[in-house]
Amino acid sequence: MADPRDEPSDGRPATGAVATETAPPPVVAERGAPPPPTGVLGLLVREQSIIVPIVAVIAALAIGAVLIRAQGVNPMYAYQSLFSYSFGTADGLRGTFEKMVPLILCGLAVVIPLRVGLFNIGAQGQLMSGAICAAAAAHAVREAPGFLIAIIAMVAGILGGAMWASIAGALKATRGVHEVISTIMLNSIAAGLIDYLVNGPLKDPTQSYPSSYPAPEAAQFQPLGFVPIGLPIALVLAILVAWMLRRTTLGFQFETIGRNRHAASYAGIKLGGMIVLAMAVAGGLAGLSGSIEYLEIDPYRYQDGIAGSLGFDGITIALLARSTPLGTIPAALLVGALRAGSSTLMFNTGIQPEIVDMLLAITLLLVSLPIIAKLIFRRHTAKSSALASSWGS
Amino acid sequence: MSQEATQDTTRDRPVEATDRSAAPAERLLDIEGLSKSFGTVRANRDINLHVGRGEIVALLGENGAGKSTLVKQIFGLIKPDHGTITIKGDASPIKDPKDAIRRGIGMVHQHFQLVPVMTVAENMILGHETTSRGVLDIEGARQLVRELSDKHGLKVDPDVEVEDLPVGTQQRVEILKALSRRVDLLILDEPTAVLTPQETDELLTVMKELAAGGTSIVFITHKLREVLAVADRVYVLRQGGVVGEVATADTDARGLATMMVGRDVVLRVDKEEATPGDDVLSIRDLVVLDDRQLRAVDGFSLDVRAGEIVGVAGVEGNGQRELVEAIAGMRPPQSGRIDLLGKDITKANPHDTHVAGVGHIPEDRERHGLVASYSLADNLVLNRFSEKPFANGFVRDFDEVRKNAEALFTEFDIRAAGVQAMAGSLSGGNKQKVVVAREMSFRPKLLMAAQPTRGVDVGSIEFIHRRIVAARDAGAAVLLVSAELDEVLSLADRIAVIHGGKVVAEMPGKDADRTEIGRLMAGDH
Repeated sequence: MADPRDEPSDGRPATGAVATETAPPPVVAERGAPPPPTGVLGLLVREQSIIVPIVAVIAALAIGAVLIRAQGVNPMYAYQSLFSYSFGTADGLRGTFEKMVPLILCGLAVVIPLRVGLFNIGAQGQLMSGAICAAAAAHAVREAPGFLIAIIAMVAGILGGAMWASIAGALKATRGVHEVISTIMLNSIAAGLIDYLVNGPLKDPTQSYPSSYPAPEAAQFQPLGFVPIGLPIALVLAILVAWMLRRTTLGFQFETIGRNRHAASYAGIKLGGMIVLAMAVAGGLAGLSGSIEYLEIDPYRYQDGIAGSLGFDGITIALLARSTPLGTIPAALLVGALRAGSSTLMFNTGIQPEIVDMLLAITLLLVSLPIIAKLIFRRHTAKSSALASSWGS
Repeated sequence: MSQEATQDTTRDRPVEATDRSAAPAERLLDIEGLSKSFGTVRANRDINLHVGRGEIVALLGENGAGKSTLVKQIFGLIKPDHGTITIKGDASPIKDPKDAIRRGIGMVHQHFQLVPVMTVAENMILGHETTSRGVLDIEGARQLVRELSDKHGLKVDPDVEVEDLPVGTQQRVEILKALSRRVDLLILDEPTAVLTPQETDELLTVMKELAAGGTSIVFITHKLREVLAVADRVYVLRQGGVVGEVATADTDARGLATMMVGRDVVLRVDKEEATPGDDVLSIRDLVVLDDRQLRAVDGFSLDVRAGEIVGVAGVEGNGQRELVEAIAGMRPPQSGRIDLLGKDITKANPHDTHVAGVGHIPEDRERHGLVASYSLADNLVLNRFSEKPFANGFVRDFDEVRKNAEALFTEFDIRAAGVQAMAGSLSGGNKQKVVVAREMSFRPKLLMAAQPTRGVDVGSIEFIHRRIVAARDAGAAVLLVSAELDEVLSLADRIAVIHGGKVVAEMPGKDADRTEIGRLMAGDH
């Protein structure tokens, strides 16, 4: 289509007049014209419109305004104080950016498997594995030069997250275990294992609270003004992932599996290997975000709560981003700003910071609504196919 | 296409059922002039059919002949465009399955409608649960299962969970469930497709017993043996119409096969005499299991030489699909050996076989052949995306992908809005042309075409046939697997008849005798 030259070389106009030569091919194919959906996932991946998330965010803020008003606070004032802190002050901006880093990376960790047809609920566990591996590695090489420690810690984080996610990938590829189940389970297993490590072998004895050894001071990331070092890393990775999915043979294999597993297998793509690889890449990104949290965020230790709900926020980010890697950037900016400004909101208005969680939950619900609507619509047209396939299976 | 095939068949054989005195008096079901179209596809055309009480009637035909559409109308799942269905003298339209059940029709679907984690008794009352004092009456359900079991001689334990039962027994549960609603007419949609041979025999016995007890049965199949074993009469469907009706007593497997395959306009393809070269594909004693772990391909041996088309003729379900999948590397063989140009590809995966030079036009293009949400350009390099010039190492070259698509568009006369149009938006014929174009574009050593013209419009059929011959003339070995005997007869230089997963006869394509092939296809050798 793009090349006008194809008209003369075709010997016929590219569009429109096709039907004049012979009887037009029947418009109705045997099973109806629209391409078969692959359940929720197919819709998630295909619905790339940016309008839906924007409308959802605005609507969520409007609903949030009602909740804020109900507490006797002027919603305009509340939002203004929240966002003017997050975007308008150096501290706030740094906070926003710091939050963006793991949000982008965990968002990518959900986006990539979605393209392959897998729903990675395990970014949380992968982030935690990455963080604890980074802490262990950094402690092991604590005498080395600072930048080297930081690099080793990040590599360890990537490997830790990748390994943790590959378990789910391998279970899926070899035993058909549903990745939603296995990643949820692995989240809990990671939490338990790490709990043991920070109470035992990796515990810093100077601390009363369970905690790993701190990152050596020379290795700690110092922000460049209000830009944390993690931010350029995350931005570059988001662009890299977008390029990988769009332009490389690896991305094509991922996409093909996500859109039609049977055709992918017929075309010689090795499903099992690709599933493990996609999970490993995703886990590596989440693991990297864990190591950056460890190197960048005070107290520079692995402590309970280091992961917060970042891994789960990654799911929100991925859905807000409509499963596009670059979409994770604006999505993370918004969520980061809300999270960074929540304590100021409480300070200024007395509204509990949980309002941010509510806003995010409402946004997520609204983003999902068109998908639900489409599913219902599809049920009318092609009853069985839409719901028959579940996430990734 | 629209020639009256019925006339053809009646000319040399007395296939029209002469009203025999033994014919049951009471007509339970009477269908007149039934027609149903989906878009431009006429799934059923002007069908007349009747079933007497206690009679077993088989609907015989290839896939897509309109058998399922027909029974779905009897069961109220879809509504006819024209014609009437009269049940026990009542000709009012069947509103929905509930209405059909109320009027004494029961149906056992090909895919069972049972809940695997529930017991037989629980499944039995599912949908019309009986309660006693607000509590589910499981004891009553068990009683019901036992009664029905005894009455019909179908042994089933009411307390076993359905998922623990073998498929054949699950089917009994389905049948019992249908019978529990007092059916006069039981419809069985390809009941033997999922059964082992032993289970099939048991089912056939059960069917006879039910009929003896006064239940009428309509069953769909494309297996001749079953028809001859249990049916009183058989209707043969082809392309949506009834092309023959005959009492099984008056026919045999050969007669049925002839009717089933038909005597349509022969699409003769102009082609030169083949000039075969060396062996390209060589298959020895191949054994391939199907999804049920049965030996679908069972000791299959065949050679295909460069520059010839070998057509595999056979009634569907005789191992053709498994054979093709094994050669393509999609289904590992159990034993035996496949060589391509002297290289062992028995254990190769689809990527290896593609690299070795196998082009594969798959039977199910929607499932395997295409990614509906990809552009045509991407679909045209679906199995070559990582090869030069379509990728430089890791990075894809979209310019080359587009150029390739534009060239193939012209060469294969693909009609679409452009190379970036979604594959899913095309008509069946054009989708198939995309698959054919892709698989021929890399000049395969072996071109394997499975049902290459199924569901494709007439114009595209001729085009695809010409291209297959052109591939042969260019020196490719062609293995054609088709359920359309006409297609095999008009294209193949050599014909191998497959039955029960092995080659039962090989003959030159020229002057091959259709009746003889039909007889061999039916397993009469």
